[in-house]
Amino acid sequence: MAPNTNQPAEKDFSPLKRRAFLKYSGFGIAASAAALAGCEDGLLGPNNNPNSKPADNEIDLGSGDIGILNYAYALEQLEAGFYTMVVAADGFSGRYSEEEQEILQDLKAHEIIHREFLKTALGTNAIPSLTPNFDSIDFTSRDAVLATAKVFEDLGVAAYNGAGKLLVDANLLLVAGKIVSVEARHASAIRDVINPLSMDFAGDDVIDENGFDQALMPPEVLAAAQPYVKEKLNGSNLPIE
Amino acid sequence: MNLNQLINMLDLSKVDHDEIKSIGERRGFMKKAGQFSLKAALATLPIALTMMPRIAKAQGSTTIDVLNFALLLEYLERDFYKMGLDSSALIPSGDRQVFETIYQHEVAHVEFLRAALGSAQDEVPEFDFTAGGMFPNGFTDYPTFLTLSQAFEDTGVRAYKGQAGNLQPADEVLTAALQIHSVEARHASMVRRLRGQRANLEIKGWITNAESNNAPQAVYEGEDATTHAGADLNSIVSITDISAAARTEAFDEPLTKEQVVEIVNPFIVKRA
Repeated sequence: MAPNTNQPAEKDFSPLKRRAFLKYSGFGIAASAAALAGCEDGLLGPNNNPNSKPADNEIDLGSGDIGILNYAYALEQLEAGFYTMVVAADGFSGRYSEEEQEILQDLKAHEIIHREFLKTALGTNAIPSLTPNFDSIDFTSRDAVLATAKVFEDLGVAAYNGAGKLLVDANLLLVAGKIVSVEARHASAIRDVINPLSMDFAGDDVIDENGFDQALMPPEVLAAAQPYVKEKLNGSNLPIE
Repeated sequence: MNLNQLINMLDLSKVDHDEIKSIGERRGFMKKAGQFSLKAALATLPIALTMMPRIAKAQGSTTIDVLNFALLLEYLERDFYKMGLDSSALIPSGDRQVFETIYQHEVAHVEFLRAALGSAQDEVPEFDFTAGGMFPNGFTDYPTFLTLSQAFEDTGVRAYKGQAGNLQPADEVLTAALQIHSVEARHASMVRRLRGQRANLEIKGWITNAESNNAPQAVYEGEDATTHAGADLNSIVSITDISAAARTEAFDEPLTKEQVVEIVNPFIVKRA
């Protein structure tokens, strides 16, 4: 067996994670709900978006199923923004093989679809568009782009796996299930492109001894995502069980 | 087997503590009298292995049914890869690590589900991977093996997805099922891309429309759906410039238990 390039103990999503996690306070200001007249309500009923009146640079993801959907929407915004930059970067077609280009173009399309679907489902409950912070990513480096894609896809899988039990509405659980397996398909493809025909597509840096993928709860996921978003993501009102 | 994970799956409030205490004492696992903590008692292996079956039963018949259904599919996959890996001329050496990895995961899934079910588990099935002659060369012809592998993995993904709702009352079991579900999806993506490369077919890691790529069509029935939780992707204005094919790829679809049973039944030997 070829050596696994990832140490099993190293489950951190980024070098910034621990620091970001420590910084993550978990206590945000929940602005009072304010209804926006004349807006579509989305699938989840009338607007109770705490961000309707933007107060500061903090985004309150909200509570209940709406909060979890906003949490997913934030992650999909991140992924969609990332692949949009990847595909738009100078020298894209010269940097990647044909299959890699197709994969990255597909991932861009899928993540934009996920983002726009969640935005539609949330209606006026949707958080605003986030401002990505991809300063740390060299979009002209194939290695850097693929490594970041791997982080984002694995994080997405772990986030949806962890959030499943937090959802109350069975229809939304099914939707989360429909999305998470596509994220896992992405993760597998990106990992195999990085280290072809190895065990890495489902490597034991992410799969445990029971053959289980990761499941992470929102605080850990948000801490890992925070370095890539300019606004402060506040998940303190999200359900915890 | 991670015992703590297993114990955390259980709803201990549904378990008859006194009954377990008395059995534990009778079998000499526990001393009589003194404080009794079910969770602490379960943390010792012999007690856990003895008690798990009756505790699993306490979780309710729906959960048991789902876990047994999952176990059937995991047995199918495990035995399929075992036979494939044991067929010396079948898998090219460069591709073996992929299937060894998948096989190890299916073994782990079987072990986990068997431990969780205890005596509530169904008997070990016997498989006929020719499906009554439909696939006579599954272990001699690599393209056929890849086709079956793709079909089993994509079916597995859809089967777990279809059961998520049934596991909603049992949080920890639901999470365990989701954690297996995404591993099956990683497998499916890998096998699909590998098959595309080896058979020179246009197959992506994700499912386009309801395209079966010559695998059994029933495995891909309804995969082209675009309406999710009541919202139709085709009516979202902001994504009209994205291809219709991509809209079907972005969401995987569930199968009902009945649909899955129909797909896998030809591979199961009926007992007299």
